[in-house]
Amino acid sequence: MGGPVNPGDTRHHPRWYRRRIPIFWWLGKVSYTRFIIRELTSLAVGYAALVLVLQVWCLARGPESYDRFVSWLQLRPVVALHIVVLGVLVYHSATWLSLAPKALVLRLAGRRLPGAVVLSMHYAGWLVASAAVLWLLLAG
Amino acid sequence: MTEPVTFEIQRYRPEVEDEPTWESFEVPCRPEWMILDALNHIKDHVDGSLSYRWACRMGVCGSCGMLVNGEPVLTCATYVTSVLPGTVRVEPLRGFPVIRDLVGDITDFVRKLERVKPWIVRESEKPLEEGEYLQTPEDLGEYKQYSMCINCMLCYSACPIYELEPDFLGPAVIALAQRYNLDSRDEGSQERMDILSRQEGIWSCTFVGECSTVCPKNVDPAGAIQRYKVTATVDWFKSLLMPWAGR
Repeated sequence: MGGPVNPGDTRHHPRWYRRRIPIFWWLGKVSYTRFIIRELTSLAVGYAALVLVLQVWCLARGPESYDRFVSWLQLRPVVALHIVVLGVLVYHSATWLSLAPKALVLRLAGRRLPGAVVLSMHYAGWLVASAAVLWLLLAG
Repeated sequence: MTEPVTFEIQRYRPEVEDEPTWESFEVPCRPEWMILDALNHIKDHVDGSLSYRWACRMGVCGSCGMLVNGEPVLTCATYVTSVLPGTVRVEPLRGFPVIRDLVGDITDFVRKLERVKPWIVRESEKPLEEGEYLQTPEDLGEYKQYSMCINCMLCYSACPIYELEPDFLGPAVIALAQRYNLDSRDEGSQERMDILSRQEGIWSCTFVGECSTVCPKNVDPAGAIQRYKVTATVDWFKSLLMPWAGR
């Protein structure tokens, strides 16, 4: 047996190897890619919140400002963009709700409710909230 | 009946190389062989210097976790036939520095595990003559799932966050903390909360969910972490709304 061939190696203090994490690590597995897509949908949530804040701000500045904002909303490219944003928001909400059965342990008469029940309750809540918003809009 | 199977095994010999390399072995595998049997065949008959961990050979000790074709598995519980056809690629678990060949350094995991006190913490012990701490089957059911963890660290290897944020406590440590938090005999949940509710505790988890997918014992660490997020949030709100109540 000769001495160590690698000059960087010290016999009684081995050099550990740490891999460099590739920048596109999330493309290596479908579940990782899905996770990153889910994280990126947060941008759409941020955008929707920003539009809402702008709308309230324009409303506070008076009718002229608000009309300008509404006519911007009615532009074809903006409508197209917002349809896409809506789709992304629905996807984001669905992935968010699918987490609920993992996080929430509910019991009825001492027995744990199955995940499907917890999930259904959340969807029911979402439906009721959406119906309430729709009613507000249509009633107005 | 044996079938020749090509194994591509990641080698890392720090005394001769700076980076891991791949070495190919033809192994005459029998149909009932696990990946670990093939590795043992290589070590016994082809290259005795191949280094890897194993002990019980029956899915209990949690030593033989490796990446097989990119998936973290217990090599003693994975049939060679289940990953065929094609070449079988074996690598050390991702997320841990490689000491040699397929052996990773798990010190980080052990240090983090110690921090969450994975044992029953009591404020005071009752005298022996009062007998055991009794539990109902329901009490046992609360934590049993988490007690099945064998510390194999497959969940760490599957978690991209652990590799990206090395301070993250990681799935198994949090699941094992929950194992004791949910035990009716334990009184240490508040001590554990100080560690678990930090950024490097539960809040680093972004719920990729792969930890639960790869767990060979169905522990569901992702579920444990999400449950604890609710617990920590409720505790935080309580301390905000009722500061006089103490913790």
